[in-house]
Amino acid sequence: MSMVLTAVLALMGLAIVFGAILGFASERFKVEGDPIVDQIDALLPQTQCGQCGHPGCRPYAEAIAEGEPHNHCPPGGEATIVALSELLGREILELDEEHGEEKPRTVAVIREAECIGCTKCIQACPVDAILGAAKMMHTVIESECTGCDLCVEPCPVDCIDMVEIPPTTRSWHYDLPGRNRQLIATDLRGSVGA
Amino acid sequence: MTEFALILVSTVLVNNFLLVQFLGLCPFMGVSNKLETAFGMSLATTFVLTLSSICSYLTYRYLLLPLDLVYLRTISFILVIAVVVQFTEMVVRKTSPLLYRVLGIFLPLITTNCAVLGVALLNLQKEHGFLQSAVYGFGAAAGFSLVLILFSAMRERIAGADVPEPFRGSAIAMITAGLMSLAFMGFSGLIRF
Repeated sequence: MSMVLTAVLALMGLAIVFGAILGFASERFKVEGDPIVDQIDALLPQTQCGQCGHPGCRPYAEAIAEGEPHNHCPPGGEATIVALSELLGREILELDEEHGEEKPRTVAVIREAECIGCTKCIQACPVDAILGAAKMMHTVIESECTGCDLCVEPCPVDCIDMVEIPPTTRSWHYDLPGRNRQLIATDLRGSVGA
Repeated sequence: MTEFALILVSTVLVNNFLLVQFLGLCPFMGVSNKLETAFGMSLATTFVLTLSSICSYLTYRYLLLPLDLVYLRTISFILVIAVVVQFTEMVVRKTSPLLYRVLGIFLPLITTNCAVLGVALLNLQKEHGFLQSAVYGFGAAAGFSLVLILFSAMRERIAGADVPEPFRGSAIAMITAGLMSLAFMGFSGLIRF
């Protein structure tokens, strides 16, 4: 009987000690992550288009946090630049023309009769929005497509169109004052310290 | 000193954990597709194996032996290994984000690596002392790393080779592993330990 008791107690003790160590460690070595990168990443449009010269939105967010100019994102356009300026306390910049220009939101559409099923666009798509298999017709999952244009280039038969999304009653919104916001909120400049 | 050198040679070459004792075969087949991942896995395993070898020795020597609870060794070693892995993961994550990016996903995988438990149990069987246990653990990990990296380099080449249809994929990997194992068996003539 006492043997069983010792065994149970020993294992329990071991488990309690280890649990305490782990509990202590999880407090002591807590990782906050880089909150500013998360906030920048949340403002970027998540098209993963790579026009900024980075492989995706998250790497660009990290680069911005390290001091890269925040005007390299054409899909986000002016609205994103303004939001980033406000978050980072930096001056509002013009969109850098080198990285492309702001275009209305589009979605990729495959002309399915012409698709030869080569899977090249599937490999190019950064958000896995294209569905299909080798020698089968491909199609775009419209709700997943970010309109990044990356699939247009690799298509050997040029059967992918970038179609503008016309505003619907759901997606239409007022033109939010972007640049002009500064005129009213002159105090923004003050808080920026520029 | 010669004793430690002997242990090292023994674990790395003669009694290689992967190819001679057939322990830890799941990561051997699982993460050997790419040299890069194999490298990360090797680093993580080396770290954890050495540490858990020491910790399980201490647990055995100062808890199980005095309390006459030697029959509880397997379950307590599993506990020790799980805790060491978890703890390592937390510390690495905090102290070196770069290292965490390399090792990150492999660390939890090691918890269920049979080589880790195997080393702890073999340490008992061979009645190793503290330093011997540490060297044995390190040697086992070094042997594991050596074979894993060699094997993954081979697999990367085989992926580009013209392998007959029925042998493609896992089949040729198994054959390669078998041949490597045969080659390592040849080391058993080197020393007896």
